[in-house]
Amino acid sequence: MIRRPLTALIRPGEPPPGLRDYEAADGYAAVRGTLKDLQPGDVIDRVKEAGLRGRGGAGFQTAMKWGFVPQGEDAPRRKYLVCNADEMEPGTFKDRYLMEGNPHQLIEGMILAAFAIGAEVAYIFLRDEYPLAAKRLRAALAEARDGGHLGKDIHGSGFNLDIHLHISAGRYICGEETALLNALEGKRAVPRAKPPFPPVAGLWGKPTIVNNVETLCYVPHILRHGAEWFRGLGKGRDGGTKLYGASGRVRHPGIWELPMGTTMREIIEDHAGGMREGYRLRGVIPGGASTDFLVPEEHMDLPMDFESVQKAGSRLGTGTMIILDDKTCPVGMLRNLQLFFSRESCGWCTPCRDGIPWIEKTLAAIEAGDGREEDIALLHAHTRLLGPGRTFCAFAPGAMEPLQSALRYFEDDFRRHITEHRCPYANGR
Amino acid sequence: MPTIHIDGTAHSIPAGVNLLHAALQLGYDLPYFCWHPALGSVGACRQCAVRQYRDEKDEHGQIVMACMVPAADGTRCSIADTEAAEFRASVIEWLMTNHPHDCPVCDEGGECHLQDMTVMTGHCSRRHRFPKRTFRNQFLGPFINHEMNRCIQCYRCTRFYNDYAGGTDFGAFGAHNHVYFGRHTDGVLENEFSGNLIEVCPTGVFTDKTLKRHYTRKWDLESAPSVCTHCSLGCNTFAGARYGAVRRILNRYHAAINGYFLCDRGRFGYEHANRGDRPRQPLVRDKEGTTHPAAAAEALKAASDALAAAKGVVAVGSPRASLEANYALRALAGSDRYSPGIASAEADAAAVLVELLRDGPLPPASLRDVEHADAIFVLGEDPAASAPRMALSLRQAARQQPLESVDKLGIPRWYDRAARDIIQGATGPLHTAWTHATRLDDIACPFRGAPADIARLGFAVAHHLGGDTPPVADIDEALDNRAKEIAEALRAARRPAVVTGTGLRSRRVLLAAAAVARALARVNGENARLGAVFGEANTVGAALLGGPSPEELLEAVAAGKADTLVVLENDLTRRVDPALLRRALEAARCVIVLDYVATPVVDRADIFLPAGSFAESDGTLVNHEGRAQRSFQALPHDGDGRESWRWLAALTDSPWDALDDILRALAEARPDLAAAADAAPGADFRLNGRKAPRSPRRYSGRTAQLADRTMHEPRPPDDPDSALAFSMEGAAKQVPPSLLSHYWSPGWNSVQSLTRFQEEIAGACRGGDPGTRLFAGAENKPAALAGSPPRPFDPAAVPGLLAVPAFDVFASDELAALSPPVAERAAVPVCRLHPEDAAAHGIADDTDAGIILNGASAVLRARLDPTLARGLVALPVPMPGLPPLADDTYATVRPAS
Repeated sequence: MIRRPLTALIRPGEPPPGLRDYEAADGYAAVRGTLKDLQPGDVIDRVKEAGLRGRGGAGFQTAMKWGFVPQGEDAPRRKYLVCNADEMEPGTFKDRYLMEGNPHQLIEGMILAAFAIGAEVAYIFLRDEYPLAAKRLRAALAEARDGGHLGKDIHGSGFNLDIHLHISAGRYICGEETALLNALEGKRAVPRAKPPFPPVAGLWGKPTIVNNVETLCYVPHILRHGAEWFRGLGKGRDGGTKLYGASGRVRHPGIWELPMGTTMREIIEDHAGGMREGYRLRGVIPGGASTDFLVPEEHMDLPMDFESVQKAGSRLGTGTMIILDDKTCPVGMLRNLQLFFSRESCGWCTPCRDGIPWIEKTLAAIEAGDGREEDIALLHAHTRLLGPGRTFCAFAPGAMEPLQSALRYFEDDFRRHITEHRCPYANGR
Repeated sequence: MPTIHIDGTAHSIPAGVNLLHAALQLGYDLPYFCWHPALGSVGACRQCAVRQYRDEKDEHGQIVMACMVPAADGTRCSIADTEAAEFRASVIEWLMTNHPHDCPVCDEGGECHLQDMTVMTGHCSRRHRFPKRTFRNQFLGPFINHEMNRCIQCYRCTRFYNDYAGGTDFGAFGAHNHVYFGRHTDGVLENEFSGNLIEVCPTGVFTDKTLKRHYTRKWDLESAPSVCTHCSLGCNTFAGARYGAVRRILNRYHAAINGYFLCDRGRFGYEHANRGDRPRQPLVRDKEGTTHPAAAAEALKAASDALAAAKGVVAVGSPRASLEANYALRALAGSDRYSPGIASAEADAAAVLVELLRDGPLPPASLRDVEHADAIFVLGEDPAASAPRMALSLRQAARQQPLESVDKLGIPRWYDRAARDIIQGATGPLHTAWTHATRLDDIACPFRGAPADIARLGFAVAHHLGGDTPPVADIDEALDNRAKEIAEALRAARRPAVVTGTGLRSRRVLLAAAAVARALARVNGENARLGAVFGEANTVGAALLGGPSPEELLEAVAAGKADTLVVLENDLTRRVDPALLRRALEAARCVIVLDYVATPVVDRADIFLPAGSFAESDGTLVNHEGRAQRSFQALPHDGDGRESWRWLAALTDSPWDALDDILRALAEARPDLAAAADAAPGADFRLNGRKAPRSPRRYSGRTAQLADRTMHEPRPPDDPDSALAFSMEGAAKQVPPSLLSHYWSPGWNSVQSLTRFQEEIAGACRGGDPGTRLFAGAENKPAALAGSPPRPFDPAAVPGLLAVPAFDVFASDELAALSPPVAERAAVPVCRLHPEDAAAHGIADDTDAGIILNGASAVLRARLDPTLARGLVALPVPMPGLPPLADDTYATVRPAS
């Protein structure tokens, strides 16, 4: 029984499997079988049965998303599939691992997804900072084309597909699927109005599905091994495995494919090797910069799946955690995060564009010992004023998640900066 | 009508609008920035937050942006909600973190939407203690001043300039709190509608550079409702004046015409009235032949004596003069000795087009009709150059069909952000036929050909629409397929429109348009319209008065049949054969000229009477659709100047003391023009016994303005001609829109206060849209204006090259071209030649070419234009020194030695 499907063929430090190696390991078998024997609706049904949820952070049911694409006579003929490979979430490098390690797996997943929704053109929207992934994807795409997995009338099925690799100009907001579509069209990377949602009117106004790399990589495995197998891989309600990662002052920072729902303790202590000598765990941002802190006092045994983490007041996000230790200033860390967010705001709506820079400057002032008593209230107010519904997209509410939880869990640190007019951690650096 | 509940009060509102739109229309003070009635909702500024409740049981509700929420039946919201109000104040506080707070030195100060909204939200105390970000400003040309530090990033500018007006040399740059709105580098804004940025921008980023040169605060301006004189569309404007000079033009909303926007020619053309060389002094030529300044009475006496002694008086009126002035002139000379002053070829075309509008099969198209049309065929006119505001309407029309896909997805059209993402750059059927490329080609399906071929295309379209138009003989397949495509688009449309004009001075093109209109009326006539473009602001009015051509009258003078020539506001050198004009002016014993710009005809005058420009005159103009509109005096005459009609009235036997006297006489004499008298309330109109004020309530400087000369406040000038007073006192409420001098409402000091003067936002003005329509239309006289297709144009079979006019948006209008900032934008006059024709004539690009036309010659720079049809030479309008073009004028072109 295959336990780690996504990473089974990945050999870190070695070139990825080429077409022959990939096919030898049953690669593209799902494509051959599906295109020959199944209807697009069957693919959607199987993925639905498996309950695959999007691995980009939001955890949306993949098959449900695919089902929103209008089909039939009246539907627009032209449809698009876009792979969101703009992995720019701080501390996150799981998609890179998959693309560098086994590019054919992603291509096979895209072929199946495109077949499911009836797209004949697909794009991989890749982060500019991933040149190695770009190189390996290019080579794999060429191999797949030569091998007859892409192009016209694939394996005699009548289905056509071409996949284009697009290298992003580089903005965090491009991870937001509609900003990604604008960027792909050559426009400003600003999120779009929703509705209409991309499955109805996306790229160039046509039905479009945007899926994360990890999500697409799972599709061939589900079709090969079945929904039951997939569901059995997870520990809780969510099936499958998940790429979990840890960065920060742990003994072995890295990335591991583990059953969905593996606890935080297991990830940090068993896989990351626990904290480095002399450091204590203070908090964890579970899945990218825009998720709320979890703390060891409350959450060590939390299963890291979508629902459990949400119940604990945060989000699983990308599942790649950033670890805060006891010798790093939380205010400094927050300031660093908000500096990132203030720079990456697309500038479309007022609260995000002008509110986050104010937060960042205030945090910088606090960190520098120039904080004022009223700054705490100002920060609290901003976490509320930049909350969901107040801004055009989820960027600013996301940016507020680590801030609001830090203000709760590390309030003393903020206050000490202000009363002592200095950073209490400064000597420790 | 849906019912919505705002803070517990139920209101009926129009269907299909958003909550912000509804709230503003109901008179609520709900602040906003990025929403604009013509640009729709995009959800950028987050200023219009309200609390919305699911139903009457919902006590919690949620904060939403009013501009993004449909005001559907049963919608409940609270504007007063504490959290919503707090959020709105926060938005201002964020916007203000980087705003320079330079109101005292900002041109927008006192009429700034950002000021108004700041006050409205209650934000007043700055908490942000960090440095502000700053930007570098750009030079953007003669019209617009740029001050980026004031920007609050509402994105209205780029949404207007790029999305709405089709501009390509402007945009949003950068990201996060460094978003910059401007050009990629310093330079003149190329789009012809750039001036609207002044009004679209809610603060002082884009301000009027022409105003800046003679700056006046809004509260110190004396304004009047005016009608633009720079083309035939009749856009409504506010003319603001102070100390005897026009200071600026603003858009005056007219739902059926200009809506919210003007073109740059109309906005900045006003400076002709402020020129230093403007003749303001009456002149009389003495016996020795030298002219000397005269008092008004003396000049009038001289004119009166000259007319009395004349052996035959002929009078040439003008399509840029008011109906009243032309009528008074006609009364002075007699109907057979008065000419409307339109050159004969153009006058013939105008007469055909007027007949087609008045008696034709389709009702005339207003600009609003054009804007809403979903399939358009522009036949033989270049509106982008000759009637620019119409090009802006055509640009919106091209989106009508694609917008239906937005409807299908259940997205309201006001949701601009979503609508544009859905339809992307798609355009519906906009077919154009002109001699060479136009500024609409980026959204149009252009046909380029000689006038005869344009006419043939029209007849072929009429044939394919069905009905009695026979097929066009010997038509080539490509042209016929094109005609089929156009006919199919017109037939399938919900609101088809045909647009034509007098630009080519071509009777056959207009007859082709008549054939299309007739066929369209038969197969899909219910909502079909006929759009028309004429030469000047009152071409239709002058053409309706009718009379011989100016050429005919000048011939009479040259032949000695008349010895006295009266010229009203007409630079004849622009219109008639220079040789004929020379002969007539030499033969004339006495030439009496009324004008307000310096022209060669003024130089020749024996008696010159300084007339009022649009700014100093009341008068009625009839626009391209036959709508009579009154334009009012914004500033009193100085010295001896008078309105043309007042000079002329004094020279006739008629007891005409005021404008209404002439209008009454006109209505009696010409029942077909009687409605023109009702274009605006007469001078005796009063509201609660009071006139409407020209000055705003806050005309604070009134007592100080002349304090350096006198302590006493002089009595304001009387105005016997209108129901407007040169004063801040007067009726404050319910002023009819035709008498409204500015938009100003409590709490709303900027142009955005317009919503307070509309019956419905983006709908009619309170009190009805100004003006009266002279053409009922749709008389459907099938026999009228029948024509048959001409033979195809054969370059090999004609002598020389066929000369056709090429209009330029900034150079071709006489008055606007006299405005220095507009003149800066005018194209260098060139003659356009197809590269192969140029080669055949031995002419290289950008070299001088000699043009010989009906015996006259001129030298022009050659511009090789591969879009120009073969066998043509396109000559600039105006063409000094050359006779006017008719439909079949041929030119010899050779390299200039």
